[in-house]
Amino acid sequence: MISNENIMSDPLIIAGKIFSSRLFTGTGKFGNHNVMEEALLASGSELVTVALKRVNTDGEDDDILQHLHHSHINLLPNTSGVRNAEEAVFAARLAREALQTNWLKLEIHPDPKYLMPDPVETLKAAEKLVKEGFIVLPYVHADPVLCKRLEEVGVAAVMPLGAPIGSNMGLKTLEFLQIIIEQSNIPVVIDAGIGAPSHAAAAMEIGAAAVLVNTAIAVSGDPVRMALAFKMAVEAGRMAYCAKLGTVKTFAESSSPLTEFLN
Amino acid sequence: MFREEFDKHNWDEVLSGIYAKTAADVERALNKNKKDLEDFKAMISPAAAPYLEQMAQMSHRITRKRFGNTVQLYAPLYLSNECQNICTYCGFSYDNKLRRKTLSGVEILQEAEYLKKQGFEHVLLVTGEAAKTVGVDYLRDAIRLLRPHFANISIEVQPLDEDEYKVLVAEGLYAVLVYQETYHKENYKQYHPKGKKSNFDYRLDTPDRLGNAAIHKIGLGVLIGLEDWRADNFFTALHVNYLEKHFWQTRYSISFPRLRPATGLIEPKVVISDKELVQLICAWRIFNEEIELSISTRENEVFRDHIIKLGATTMSAGSKTNPGGYTVEAESLEQFEIDDSRSVTEVKQMIEKNGYKPVWKDWEQFTMV
Repeated sequence: MISNENIMSDPLIIAGKIFSSRLFTGTGKFGNHNVMEEALLASGSELVTVALKRVNTDGEDDDILQHLHHSHINLLPNTSGVRNAEEAVFAARLAREALQTNWLKLEIHPDPKYLMPDPVETLKAAEKLVKEGFIVLPYVHADPVLCKRLEEVGVAAVMPLGAPIGSNMGLKTLEFLQIIIEQSNIPVVIDAGIGAPSHAAAAMEIGAAAVLVNTAIAVSGDPVRMALAFKMAVEAGRMAYCAKLGTVKTFAESSSPLTEFLN
Repeated sequence: MFREEFDKHNWDEVLSGIYAKTAADVERALNKNKKDLEDFKAMISPAAAPYLEQMAQMSHRITRKRFGNTVQLYAPLYLSNECQNICTYCGFSYDNKLRRKTLSGVEILQEAEYLKKQGFEHVLLVTGEAAKTVGVDYLRDAIRLLRPHFANISIEVQPLDEDEYKVLVAEGLYAVLVYQETYHKENYKQYHPKGKKSNFDYRLDTPDRLGNAAIHKIGLGVLIGLEDWRADNFFTALHVNYLEKHFWQTRYSISFPRLRPATGLIEPKVVISDKELVQLICAWRIFNEEIELSISTRENEVFRDHIIKLGATTMSAGSKTNPGGYTVEAESLEQFEIDDSRSVTEVKQMIEKNGYKPVWKDWEQFTMV
């Protein structure tokens, strides 16, 4: 019998912080904030990204933040909207002040069409922000070398994309994600492109530390139920990873025509 | 420069090409993965009319995936109706006898306070073209005044030089809307007989200058009612394609202003039906999944209520199109008649009833101004 204890003894640790949920979520694209809150609660997510550009940073009561006041929910402000390292650093400082956290999802996508992360500016900004004491989680392409470089400058985790943001296309970068996971000494969180619970389960099965899902939950027909489906898929995928999947066989075992003469 | 690309195309050939599209062309376009300009022609052609519901559903799905269940709200803030151009369709035209008004700093802040109370964070400053009174200095001062009060400031004013745009970008300007009105070069002159605006090429080059000035967003569009809307929108799409390749860090938006009645105006030469406008909006969305599509209060309530689900991403609400119209001088002459005169609260409730979330703020200045 597998007890719940076994499952619970597999926590995710990022920068010393323990997470019992490996599903990170976002706050964009929801049709109303009550549904958003309900969905986030159903997901069990303990780390929720918020676009700094969307919230009131001038101290007024913010419409989005009001719905995130739950003791288990940690905010992960993101720098969406910045175009280079300099703006990202500016945004990070603003986020730290406005949201009272040094955790940061560093995303620099100067291309507003496909929102592709800029590797050069991201590395530059990450280096600076780590020195300033931020817990940096950079959103990057599924680029194994870049992920190693980011690890070297001290980011807390890397967040490579599965497919373009908001595309729901699944793990289009699978081969590269596997290399990143194999080589990484820090948690790998697969972010962007995860469009269905099966994609999330697949990400967990290959050894991702966590996944970040927003669009697929927010624009589904029933965001609350979809959030729950993702929660279950992430748990199932993680459990499958820990249990070690059986080998996928690409050839039959019964005969060995080439080596039979050796017997 | 876009002008070189523009010169490769002939209006009449474009027009006949659009009208020659067949049902097979439309089906191929709708089923293709990445759409090109020929597909766009097919989708805006008469041959696509029977596919309207299918296009609407595609547009709805694509828009929700990209933009979520949200509608960005903004308010126009008319600063001046002084204008030295003669434009045969515009209420502010130089030859139109009306009392001219340019808001002072105090008056701008008074209007701003009203809009802030309504909840607006994104504001669009509008003027006519009068270099002496509403030139780049006036605009710079206005942006400087308004920056502390709004998250996002855009302008819809006369085309400026590249250096002038740079000055305004440095002040925190986010976007510039500059509509070509029509890409029909010969007939453009008839609509703009006098003033700086009569220079077709200078206007056509404006988005290039804006791209060079590193503006965040450029809004394009044509005035529907002047020339064939299908050909004009093809040229707009051609323009967007060019700009996306050359200024890849810039965001783009499209508007669909229909010629509305205003004092002293010409009648529309071509009329677009509601069905055709929906076809056009859906075609844009299917053609370019990431572009912002904006619907103003020129459109009526019923149209606006439904267009949210068909691809629109941005809307104005509770608009006044006369300088000082919110608080300072409610009765001055407007640029065009508003068709959706509901209050901001009513529009907000309508959006929510549709299952969408009105977004007030979606921008933060991440540089020192």
